[in-house]
Amino acid sequence: MATNPMHQFNVYKIGPEIKINGIDLSFTNASLFMLISGIFISLFLLLGTKDRKIVPGKFQLMSEMLYNFISKMISDTAGKKAKPYFSFIFSLFIFVLFCNMVGMLPYSFTVTSHIIVTLAFAMFIFIGVTILGFVIHGFKYLKIFVPSGVPMVLLPIIMIIEIISYLSRPVSLSVRLFANMMAGHTMLKVFGGFVISLGLVAGWLPLTFSVALTGLEILVAFLQAYVFAILTCIYLNDALNLHH
Amino acid sequence: MELEAAKMIGAGLAAIALAGAGVGIGLIFGNYLSGAMRNPSAAQKQFPNLLLGFALAEATGLFGLVVALIILFAF
Repeated sequence: MATNPMHQFNVYKIGPEIKINGIDLSFTNASLFMLISGIFISLFLLLGTKDRKIVPGKFQLMSEMLYNFISKMISDTAGKKAKPYFSFIFSLFIFVLFCNMVGMLPYSFTVTSHIIVTLAFAMFIFIGVTILGFVIHGFKYLKIFVPSGVPMVLLPIIMIIEIISYLSRPVSLSVRLFANMMAGHTMLKVFGGFVISLGLVAGWLPLTFSVALTGLEILVAFLQAYVFAILTCIYLNDALNLHH
Repeated sequence: MELEAAKMIGAGLAAIALAGAGVGIGLIFGNYLSGAMRNPSAAQKQFPNLLLGFALAEATGLFGLVVALIILFAF
């Protein structure tokens, strides 16, 4: 058994090494668990849409709830104009959610606990939203850095702050998800280690704590997927409806 | 001072960030509860905002963790 709490985040190759133009494209455990999440998502949604009835069954009800949840979230935060981006945000949310949830199974690997995965998502969103803003508003999109109602004296300072906060969006978006998942899983592993080292005498104490923490982690797994999606909606809102 | 010891102290100091996160999360939930007690009918509608605020406040504490990890493993 691994004693190091960070051991669970190791990425290792499964099967043969594949190298194309010097880039390592081997199949790893990270890709395996992404694939598993993808299969779970497909199964869930296929079961939900298999036989559509007026009185829905269990799976149909769950998929409909998920659909309504995301649809309501988008219309609440980004308005009507964001309707065409529903499929993007839905797939983003459900993929992050399932990756987090699959990571909660014992002996599995959490894909989103690696900053490269979350940074790839966040950069994709950031670049996409920036391009979208420039396509829709042209150079007027730069107004996002100039809030209205600010005195002329303060404007240069505010502009610098706004530019920095705009550029730090992908960092904060990716670090939030990655750090939450990594910290939670490390904590679970540390408390699991306490159970082993305290043995039968006092081991039940960290065990109960561990059970409670697992519940909290499942909540955090959902919450972080939700926050990731809602922040994407907020950024999309900035690009679509230029308020400033 | 030895580099290794300084690293450990630095990583420990980075954990001070948790104080701010604790204050932030406490404020958010406390204010939500007091608001919900005053006007329970409006509470349900603000629940997504509560979760959003909680996640945003918690993330600042986790940035401290990232700093600690960078100090420990990246140098």
